[in-house]
Amino acid sequence: MSTTNTAKSGDVQIGSRGTTWREIVGRQEFGVALILLVIVVFLSFYTNTFLTSTNIFNIMRAFSWIALSTFGQVMVIVTAGIDLSVGSVMGLSGLASAMLLAEGIPVPIAVIGGLATGFLVGFANGLMITKGRLPPFIATLGTLLMARGLCYGLTGGWPVRELPESFRYLGQHDIPIGTVGVPLPLIFTLVFAAISSIFLTRTIWGYRIYAVGGSETATRLSGINTDSVKIMVYSLCGLLTAIGGVLMTARLGVAAPTAADGYELDVIAAAVVGGTSLMGGEGTILGGLIGALVMQVLRNGLVLVGISAYWLQAVQGLVIVTAIMLDQLRKRRP
Amino acid sequence: MPEKQDTLLVMKEISKSFPGVQALKDVDFEVAAGEVVALIGENGAGKSTLMKILCGAYRKDSGKILLNGKEIEIENPHHAQELNISIIYQEFNLTPNQSAAANIFITREPRERGVGRILNFVDRRRMEKEAQMYLERVGARISSSTLIQDLSVAAQQMVEVAKALAVDARIIIMDEPTSALGEEEVDTLFGIIESLKKQGIAVIFITHRLEEVFHIADRVVVLRDGRFVGGLPIQEATTEAIIHLMVGRELVADMFQKKEAEIGAPLLEVRGLTGGDQVKDVSFTLHKGEILGFAGLVGAGRTETARLIFGADRKESGEILFEGTPVDIHSPVDAVRSGIGMVPEDRGLQGLILMMAVSENIVLPTLGEHASFGWVQQGAIRETAQEYVDKLSIRTPYLEQKAMFLSGGNQQKVVLAKWLASDPKILIMDEPTRGIDVGAKAEVHALMSKLAASGIGIIMISSELPEILGMSDRVLVMSEGRVAAILDRKVATQERIIAYASGELDNEIILDGVSKGEVS
Repeated sequence: MSTTNTAKSGDVQIGSRGTTWREIVGRQEFGVALILLVIVVFLSFYTNTFLTSTNIFNIMRAFSWIALSTFGQVMVIVTAGIDLSVGSVMGLSGLASAMLLAEGIPVPIAVIGGLATGFLVGFANGLMITKGRLPPFIATLGTLLMARGLCYGLTGGWPVRELPESFRYLGQHDIPIGTVGVPLPLIFTLVFAAISSIFLTRTIWGYRIYAVGGSETATRLSGINTDSVKIMVYSLCGLLTAIGGVLMTARLGVAAPTAADGYELDVIAAAVVGGTSLMGGEGTILGGLIGALVMQVLRNGLVLVGISAYWLQAVQGLVIVTAIMLDQLRKRRP
Repeated sequence: MPEKQDTLLVMKEISKSFPGVQALKDVDFEVAAGEVVALIGENGAGKSTLMKILCGAYRKDSGKILLNGKEIEIENPHHAQELNISIIYQEFNLTPNQSAAANIFITREPRERGVGRILNFVDRRRMEKEAQMYLERVGARISSSTLIQDLSVAAQQMVEVAKALAVDARIIIMDEPTSALGEEEVDTLFGIIESLKKQGIAVIFITHRLEEVFHIADRVVVLRDGRFVGGLPIQEATTEAIIHLMVGRELVADMFQKKEAEIGAPLLEVRGLTGGDQVKDVSFTLHKGEILGFAGLVGAGRTETARLIFGADRKESGEILFEGTPVDIHSPVDAVRSGIGMVPEDRGLQGLILMMAVSENIVLPTLGEHASFGWVQQGAIRETAQEYVDKLSIRTPYLEQKAMFLSGGNQQKVVLAKWLASDPKILIMDEPTRGIDVGAKAEVHALMSKLAASGIGIIMISSELPEILGMSDRVLVMSEGRVAAILDRKVATQERIIAYASGELDNEIILDGVSKGEVS
């Protein structure tokens, strides 16, 4: 057929599958991993307390719920969307479980109730964005307020206390592995990180999520139902956030209506610091995981170094913009 | 070529390289005041790079630029503008939410007098009045207070030209100005270029359409692989000579020529299709092995008709029969399931996901077939992708290359590949060869012939009449949302199509069904 071409398709060669040093440096997680490493090395030498198993697991425990929600947020942002409601959803789903427990409902059902709450809010977000044609920012701003309002309304502002031991176990128990006790929430986080990552990179749904973020029009015109992809993504974000919310409530042993207030910013920051592009189409679970870790290590490190907690947000803001600028520099390199 | 007295601009031995590519090598170029130079060459020949150097978007590596005999160094786009050099890009540089006047005076808005001057208040009345003058100079019959988004593509282009005049441009570069225009609008544009010429302005005109060169240019300059390969006064130029220079080889004579294919049973019947503002009561039949060309002016409703059939937009009424049975197509999902594929007008935005790999783009409509229980089979994807990369000779260094790094022609082949992989019965192709070079164009046409021969029915929307005439078995001409005529290839002529498209003729000859194809 190609009577006019000098170049032949024989030029096509399959790139080698082996991982080279260049590929590692080129990966989007590299920058944020480097930042994490620098902070960790600094804290290890500067303080005696940072590199103790107690402190490390404290960090890991507190970072679990942020990380779980970040996995969902990464998926949402990859489709070029945003979910502002995650903080409220985390609070509401934990509260839902706690209220069911207070009614004497068995732990497994109460947990499922909490997860279903998060899933449903996410599903509602998805419906409003696709069928209701609301911009994601507006739809999830609405549910941010509605979910938080429900927390206050349902409790009259009072926290739900005295949660059963078997529920608190989920958040407070350590699983002995070798000589150390690994917090259960951390194990959940790693398991869901693996599941989410495989989902995003190995299944057709994952492919479709990236495709929608790359070009929604082209994806739709390829015969893919982009609405259902988006509804799925927001529902999953709600579900993963609810898992975080239930674990957080179990850890704290109390469900306050103010719980997880403002966490949406931590979650979005973790996703973005981890290399997820707000323009859509780019982002990984591993990046989100490291991003969440950076934010938590910072929080912990400042306290250990003896800087007042009042400075925390200023430092976090600085780290966010620095991380993104480094990422932009990486991308500009040919 | 000897330098003439009135030579305005001379570029000498210009070289430019990018990492891994020598984009330009010792290119000479010149243009005189009041001269129209057509700059042509295949994609990647270096036309755009040369022009970007001229308008300050790129810096040259070496070489000299002389303006009015004085050597100059063009620092940046702003500097180029101060030197009275303007460029009109294929994708216009206009802010759609502002008025034509605001765009014409962008960065130089006239300020009010008195206190308003200190506060930088824009003198809107004066701005609109002066903008109107420039619009009149290019013969645009639009009000300068109209928002850009409310203007047609052709009118937007006139605003761009007016904008260039407003900065007192002496050299205007037009990068494929006709690619988004219908035949009639092209004539208007040529009228504008004629008048620019009379005003002593030099026009550099980049195009892929050779017939335009003979219409408008005084001289043709051809680049190939980053080198100057020839310049001819238009009187000495012939199509064959230009193509020979462009591709450096003789091109097959039967370009734009569909090969004979057996026309089979009706595949798609569309009856009374209506939707939106632009499609009214469209009916036609597409047969197996047939290429049905959709001709008409821009805005006649051709793309909109295609989108309705494909389910991309919602139809108000009408019936679609697929192989004799009515089908309900509510979304592209349904269309793809029925065996319809669509190669859209804008491959960058609608056809491809530019940031994704070539292989991923190719399997996008058939992801389900490359997975088992939702698990993507990487091996199967690579196999399919490799198969079509070979079949269509898509030039890509490797399958994982992001689609954005391919040339226009190869990108278009990737879009085709993704539909061929879905084994369609019907292909809708909207401007399948727009903006791709001559060689790739011939390949796409050959491929279309082959697909038709294998029994696929093709709807081909095209604004290029030679393409319509050469490739179509029948030509459906649309005018203002309606079918003005369906012409058998035996009776379709350029003049007749234009007459129907512009509404001069209406429904005199309707030939539906190939067998009925006799006309006096």
